[in-house]
Amino acid sequence: MAHSNNIIEVRNLRFSRGKRVIFKDVSLDIPKGKITAIMGPSGTGKTTLLKMIGGQLTPDAGSVSVFDKNVHQLPRNALFSLRKKMGMLFQSGALFSDMSTFDNVAFPLKVNTDLDDQLIRAVVLMKLQSVGLRGAAQLMPSELSGGMARRVALARAIALDPEIVMYDEPFAGQDPIGMGVLVSLIKKLNQSLGHTSVIISHDIQETLNIADYICILADGEVVATGSADEIRQSKSAQVQQFINGHPDGPVSFHYPAPDLIQQLMNRSN
Amino acid sequence: MFNSVVESLAGVGRFSIDKLAGFGKASIVLFHALVVWPQFRTNTRLVINQLYSLGVKSLLIVAVSGLFIGMVLGLQGYTILVDFGSEQSVGQMVALSLVRELAPVVTALLFAGRAGSALTAEIGLMKATEQLASLEMIGVDPLRRIVAPRLWGGFICMPILSMIFAIVGVYGGALVSVEWLGVYSGSFWSVMQSAVDFYDDVLNGIIKAIVFGFVITWIAVYQGMESVPTSEGIAQATTRTVVYSSLMILALDFVLTALMFGGF
Repeated sequence: MAHSNNIIEVRNLRFSRGKRVIFKDVSLDIPKGKITAIMGPSGTGKTTLLKMIGGQLTPDAGSVSVFDKNVHQLPRNALFSLRKKMGMLFQSGALFSDMSTFDNVAFPLKVNTDLDDQLIRAVVLMKLQSVGLRGAAQLMPSELSGGMARRVALARAIALDPEIVMYDEPFAGQDPIGMGVLVSLIKKLNQSLGHTSVIISHDIQETLNIADYICILADGEVVATGSADEIRQSKSAQVQQFINGHPDGPVSFHYPAPDLIQQLMNRSN
Repeated sequence: MFNSVVESLAGVGRFSIDKLAGFGKASIVLFHALVVWPQFRTNTRLVINQLYSLGVKSLLIVAVSGLFIGMVLGLQGYTILVDFGSEQSVGQMVALSLVRELAPVVTALLFAGRAGSALTAEIGLMKATEQLASLEMIGVDPLRRIVAPRLWGGFICMPILSMIFAIVGVYGGALVSVEWLGVYSGSFWSVMQSAVDFYDDVLNGIIKAIVFGFVITWIAVYQGMESVPTSEGIAQATTRTVVYSSLMILALDFVLTALMFGGF
């Protein structure tokens, strides 16, 4: 049973893709109404973790509870109902390519509510205004830049004012102005509407500035948790290397490979 | 020696299990998509969109192919039958060949190439661009929103396209044999009318078309859903759709023909 303060509880998660182990044993809590950042080097399974919270991937072992419900034991219909309380911003934006910007943002409202068209129009325009793209309402996704598409996807993710919003790399591809607006928007949504936000990001400073709680994943495990200050002052070499961006340290920049000289001298691959 | 035998047996076992698991997954996709039947009425617009993109857009290729195949049948039939002095029966030959076999089979092969491949590529691309995943996260089941309307669309389109193929083909046959080669028009049509039975020939042809339509769209949507989300993966899935559909059409055609006309 989840603690009332935690909206998401991950327990002893294990997951592999083929022979590659993604999670050895991951347990973490995401508190209600807070901004939680999940960080870590590339390929440590941050997006995989979000997909597991959303019930899109099933772990090999362990459990994920959202709103006190084990996501992977829910019947199909119950899972889809649960997802209506979650919003997710995908890394690629994942806009529907056959719909305009306006229709993309209106889509969750049309399929999940009985609101009339006028009200839907008002909500969509307000959401687009909040991401600075009200003027792009009639553009098709193919006419948007990568950063703009992600902002539209953000407007769509928050269209239903979900209780949990998961952001997968929200700041990627944004110019400094766009990034500043998004940072303050995420903070505002959290403060004014009480959303629980889960952010995956490699933009260390921006994320540390807004996150209440940070969890760093590496080598299939949680290597550090705590507030931004606790993370900054962490004595863990892995954490220090990651937040300061040092090329040398316990986390290798290189994918495991044989010695370079040996490989160069060897004629075979 | 012993090890290689064990290896090959294991290989056969793995292959069989993979195929069986694939069939099981495809059946689950079909089951979830078709349990949506109660939502059919509310999703009418989606089905109509699919009728347009699967059916109307395939109309030209089906009609033109029907015309030429009917013309070839008329020409071939005439040149063979005229040796026996039975060229008046060319209408019967054209109509029965089209209604029983060529209309459902050739329409299905064209449909697999034109609409089936497009379905797989569309769903595969939606998967690769995370559109299916984002539908799921919005609380919309892709099997109901994406797969079900396409299955119903294919199911409805195929018999209509097959009938159009047969009608255009018959007119193609008449064009060559009556207008060009001089077969008497009255006997062309009356022999056809007396030889073609609605239940035995027309209805059986329509049943074949329905079965083919169902199998093609099922294969196409499943291959799209299961495609590897890369450009190469989508290309392979599209090829598989056309190959598997074509083989299934020809195999099922034999089975259905044996059941319908084989006296079993």
